[in-house]
Amino acid sequence: MANLGRLARLGLTPEELEQLGEQIADIIAAVGKLAGADISHVNPTAQVGGLRNVTRPDELVAGLSADEALANAATKEAGLLRVPAIQ
Amino acid sequence: MSLLEEPISELARGLRAREFSSVELTQVALSEIEAKDGAVGAFLRTTGSAALEQARAADRHLAADPGGASTLCGIPVAYKDVLCTKGVETTAGSRILEGFVPPYSATAVLRLEAAGAVGLGKLNCDEFAMGSSNENSAFQETRNPWDLGRVPGGSSGGSAAAVAARMACATLGSDTGGSIRLPASFCGVVGVKPSYGRVSRYGLIPFASSLDQIGPLTKTVEDAAQVLEVIAGRDSRDSTSAVAPVGDLTELLRGGVEGLRLGMPGEYLAMDLDPGVRSVFDHAARELEAAGARLIPVSLPSTEYALAAYYVLAPAEVSSNLARMDGVRFGPGFASASSLTEAYEQARHRGFGPEVRRRILLGTYVLSSGYYDAYYLRAQKVRTLVAQDFERVFSEVDAVISPTAPSAAFRLGERVADPLAMYATDILTIPANLAGISGISVPAGFAAGLPVGLQVLGPHLGEGVCLRVAAAVEEAAALWRKVPAPTPHERRLA
Amino acid sequence: MSSYECVIGLEVHAQLLTRSKMFCGCRADYLGLPPNSNTCPVCLGLPGALPVINQRAIEYTIRTALALNCQIPEFTKFDRKNYFYPDLPKGYQISQYDLPLSLGGYLEFEVDGVLQRAGITRVHLEEDAGTLHHAGEIQASAFSLVDLNRAGVPLMEIVGEPDLRAPNQAPAYLAALRQTLIYLGVNDGNMEEGSLRCDANVSLRPVGADALGAKVEVKNMNSFRSIQRALEFEVGRQTELLDQGMPIAQETRGWSELEQVTVSQRSKEGAQEYRYFPEPDLPPLLVTRELVEDLRGQLPELPLPKRTRLQTRYGLSLDQARILADRPADADYFEAVVAAGAAPRTAANWQIQNLQALCNAAHVQVEECLVPAAALAELVQMVEADRVSGSVAKNVLSEAFGSGASPAQLIRERGLGQLSDSTEIANLVDQVLAGNAQAAADYQAGKDQALGALVGEVMARSGRKANPKIVNQLLRERLPR
Repeated sequence: MANLGRLARLGLTPEELEQLGEQIADIIAAVGKLAGADISHVNPTAQVGGLRNVTRPDELVAGLSADEALANAATKEAGLLRVPAIQ
Repeated sequence: MSLLEEPISELARGLRAREFSSVELTQVALSEIEAKDGAVGAFLRTTGSAALEQARAADRHLAADPGGASTLCGIPVAYKDVLCTKGVETTAGSRILEGFVPPYSATAVLRLEAAGAVGLGKLNCDEFAMGSSNENSAFQETRNPWDLGRVPGGSSGGSAAAVAARMACATLGSDTGGSIRLPASFCGVVGVKPSYGRVSRYGLIPFASSLDQIGPLTKTVEDAAQVLEVIAGRDSRDSTSAVAPVGDLTELLRGGVEGLRLGMPGEYLAMDLDPGVRSVFDHAARELEAAGARLIPVSLPSTEYALAAYYVLAPAEVSSNLARMDGVRFGPGFASASSLTEAYEQARHRGFGPEVRRRILLGTYVLSSGYYDAYYLRAQKVRTLVAQDFERVFSEVDAVISPTAPSAAFRLGERVADPLAMYATDILTIPANLAGISGISVPAGFAAGLPVGLQVLGPHLGEGVCLRVAAAVEEAAALWRKVPAPTPHERRLA
Repeated sequence: MSSYECVIGLEVHAQLLTRSKMFCGCRADYLGLPPNSNTCPVCLGLPGALPVINQRAIEYTIRTALALNCQIPEFTKFDRKNYFYPDLPKGYQISQYDLPLSLGGYLEFEVDGVLQRAGITRVHLEEDAGTLHHAGEIQASAFSLVDLNRAGVPLMEIVGEPDLRAPNQAPAYLAALRQTLIYLGVNDGNMEEGSLRCDANVSLRPVGADALGAKVEVKNMNSFRSIQRALEFEVGRQTELLDQGMPIAQETRGWSELEQVTVSQRSKEGAQEYRYFPEPDLPPLLVTRELVEDLRGQLPELPLPKRTRLQTRYGLSLDQARILADRPADADYFEAVVAAGAAPRTAANWQIQNLQALCNAAHVQVEECLVPAAALAELVQMVEADRVSGSVAKNVLSEAFGSGASPAQLIRERGLGQLSDSTEIANLVDQVLAGNAQAAADYQAGKDQALGALVGEVMARSGRKANPKIVNQLLRERLPR
């Protein structure tokens, strides 16, 4: 569970992990019901709708100005987004 | 009687006949919101001055070109807060997007705006559309206008409540596992989940990308058809947007049900349904029969696995969709973080509520190597079974009917502590999302004073038949004029 | 010396020369733009934005795969590769996992003149991330600055089979691959600016063994030279460890150009858990055989076939052909020069030794410079016909390169042409001999240097225009010894 929390960058406290762990375990047990289905003769469905080959031509479309792009950012510096270092 | 109690077609007529203006109509809406929303809590924010400006523009357009203007021109509407609205704060009911002002609007919003509809504001919802009761909103509680001590349903609870309380003529919600249909049933309004791909998802803050659809919540079936006609149709910005033309939905709903074959799914009806709900459904079904439809028992054997498949696939997709909520380009900053990981964790810990955390963890789990095959892949295959079941059934019948939910609206706080019980609320609505077919909930009656909806399911891109059957239910039930007179039961958000 | 065999596979990422990004309409050529000024909701990863596939990027990738002799399956799709990093705005990269655009090909390349072949595992398509700027070395800075202009640029990943067996094969492989990409017009081959990047997987195993040793991924090699150096270092490092009986950690190491060593990069939580799943926002692609054959038919002549053709058709040496075939535009220019009438080998020499040097110094390409092929052809013909001396021609070319004037015209206008008319030269020779009896006598008496003086005189009298070869020849004829 702690691993999952880390993978998902959720920053959970040990208490939270414990409580969530129980709930997740219950849910996983419930979805374990899937094991009973007979899926031997079917392919997975990644998308409904049956669409294929949806593409766009290689053309330029006006985007956002730098101000618009950064408008919602909490920390920026000289037009760049600022984040703590990777460690 | 407030103007907002009239159907859209009637308002459109009145606007063109200069009986009232869009500005007046909008002012009525705004004052209804002022009077009622303190108790209901549907709106997260209202955009009053922008609305009046839009109303003035609509009035000018109606004056200049009454024949060419859309039916929705000048009509006050509101949007679930998962829909991006340019220049207007959009939070998806979550703290992590508090203060987020999108630089662009969702296509569905743009289409309504282009038609001249007036945007009243943003509606409360479960955080990132995850929930069945609207109790997962990080900001406020929304209460069912029919009984303020009860939930409006979720996740488009605000959208349903706003229409039920006649604060808006129509609202847009989103449906991933029932999030339009369920609150529509609980609040006694019409709610449409269009077929997957029918309405562009561009600008819809996603929950589960392969399951989400935007749809209208309205007082009448015809209203819903009119809104759907405006927002549906191919959008080149959404690769999953269907190519097939929308068709004349307002025309299609007039057909009546004479000769239509309506499937009664044994597995749905065998579920643990509230007796009041069951009796409303049975009555409505008999009315449809009396109107000329044939009721035919059908079987959807994969139904028992649908809930499980959904609770693998939807969390998987959302765990990925929410990865971009990292506090960097938007959202709360991370002033005190000393490392990048800490920064992400701080923003996301502060920003996400318990249901979101649950689903992200679940989704991360089922996608991890070692579990992918047993859960995610398996769920995708069950999805194929569900879709195949419906395909087969729709070769036997024209539409499938069932209750929308196993019960009417439950009390606030009743299921919050029991995620699995909450999840089970969606048991009748989830399969339609898995299969991508069209669905609608239409008010069919009351059980112990609470609204009960009937669900109509139609084939992929078959909104027409759903609307047609729903219109017949509506006519027989003659309910939509009935408005909630809620007992003031003030509940403050804890 | 070594009882180990080294096994190397290269992974190359190449930015595609499309106009727009992979999934949105922002510019693909992002260099030099103000930070974060080349984004839109899609590549910025704003909530609710959706990707749409760039058709040309698909075609470029298939084209590349065909040139690399790969199979193109009928069904292909995109997948999400999930991980957190500040240059990855969505928190996942849209890439291809189990059903890529192409599989199973090979690349031919030369090492020290010997043709070799290495397998290509797959060529697939994905999107590039943004760029990070750090204050100082990546480990030392307290914060990073993110520019998302590059996020979403189409990136083709070419995975090579671990078929290379020596560090010096790597630059050769990469050079051939780079050249192919330039030929196809899909990538500009610029490693300095990062439009072409290369990582390597290196492992050692005892000679004769079948099983592969622990694989080390080496990153951050920014030039052909650093690739070879990094691999040599890494092979040395692993050899030493194995000799001491120590295990090789399967990890990622970065090449430090400064220290000339590979350094372990903190493994990101052990094995990377990317949780790949099919991208729900993008319907899959059915690649028809028609499209494939269409694209195959549009393939240009590739480097090796072109080189061979230049040799056989024009009688060029291997070296000349190799140089001219380095860039298709160079070869095209050469062929245009020949088509305009110049003798092939001379034209080749002039382009390679003279024009290319001028181009290099001015940082322009041959086809962009101010000397059109026809103009060079004219000059070359004049040189071949002895109508101008080599050295004069060289100077004129230099001037024409700078000013855009026609070299032939310059020669005519300024009378720089070489005098090669034997009769005219003979007159001058006779004049000089008449006035320099002593020198003539000295030469005939055995003093070789005396000829030089006479030659000089004739040259002077001709205003330095006389063809020195002919002058020499005529003098010798008149002064037999």
